[in-house]
Amino acid sequence: MKFLNGVTLLLIYQLIGEFSVLLLRIPVPGPVLGMILLFLTLMLRKGSGESLDSASSTLLSHLSLLFVPAGVGMMVHFDRIANEWLPISVALLLSTVLTMAVTAAAMLGSRRLFGVGVQEND
Amino acid sequence: MTEPDIATIWVYLSASPLLGLTMTLVAYSLAYRLYLFTNSHPLLNPVVTAVAVLIIFLLATDTPYQDYFEGGQFVHFLLGPATVALAVPLYQQCSNLKRLWLPVLIALLTGVSVGALSSVLIARALGGSLQTQLSLAPKSVTAPVAMGISEQIGGLPSLTAVLVVLTGITGAVLGSKMFELMRIRDDAVKGVAMGVAAHGIGTARAFQISPKMGAFSGLAMALSAFATALVLPWLLDVFDLLL
Repeated sequence: MKFLNGVTLLLIYQLIGEFSVLLLRIPVPGPVLGMILLFLTLMLRKGSGESLDSASSTLLSHLSLLFVPAGVGMMVHFDRIANEWLPISVALLLSTVLTMAVTAAAMLGSRRLFGVGVQEND
Repeated sequence: MTEPDIATIWVYLSASPLLGLTMTLVAYSLAYRLYLFTNSHPLLNPVVTAVAVLIIFLLATDTPYQDYFEGGQFVHFLLGPATVALAVPLYQQCSNLKRLWLPVLIALLTGVSVGALSSVLIARALGGSLQTQLSLAPKSVTAPVAMGISEQIGGLPSLTAVLVVLTGITGAVLGSKMFELMRIRDDAVKGVAMGVAAHGIGTARAFQISPKMGAFSGLAMALSAFATALVLPWLLDVFDLLL
């Protein structure tokens, strides 16, 4: 029952998110807005509760699975990928590594710049 | 009564969502077992193996993707509630977040801009078509968001979905090695970099490393989805990359 309550709450927030995005024409997908709204609710309520914890950890523990159907969609684009394999693969690889490195460097740099306490893993 | 022959049963089953759904779960649990069996070898990321197995199976049985997706959509649908669910680990990292909001914000804006511009420019330099370039631009954002952005700027949403998955896999596979080379040990920094560059697939990988890294990765992924949706069309316009 706890799991069910948690999932229901997640769906309600997603629905509110989708609805507000359409109504207010916010250029952001519904689930992302739903997440932000749920986050704000948890901050106000100062706690997430057992049912929400159980539903979210169940969904997130197999997050990878949820990407499989979209990944299989690759087969529809084999022709384009075969024709443009060089720009696609180099852009994907280089840009992803570059993004990761620059993001990490920017975070380390700005943390030092603003003197926010450096803390090792707990 | 005649014996039902295999071909008839196949025709019936392949048209129902049950087959696609079951195939997805079977392929993933096998892929996940293989992944655990090899001590989490990064190249055997369960998404890669499961996708490869499913594509080979669909090609071998001449099943169109649309038929498979009849069943696959049930799994795909859960991406929505899973995105909302990210609010929970995020909330649990609240105190870390309050301490680090400014560095996170700066890292986020830098990462989002570098990710979008570099992918377009690299693809352009190597002679990729404009449609491919634009489909690549939102590659680091979680799939549903990226598809919306792609459509808005003139890319192909379905191609973007695939590029997003490939980007996530690239980040998840190369991430740990790269952080090692850069000598980054703080899970907050690793998580933010992973989430900005490799969205949900990177976040899934980050949760395997530590809950703290996962939470920061989830946070970065959510915020970068927001930031990219707002900034990317404007960024491409300013840098005159839409032509």
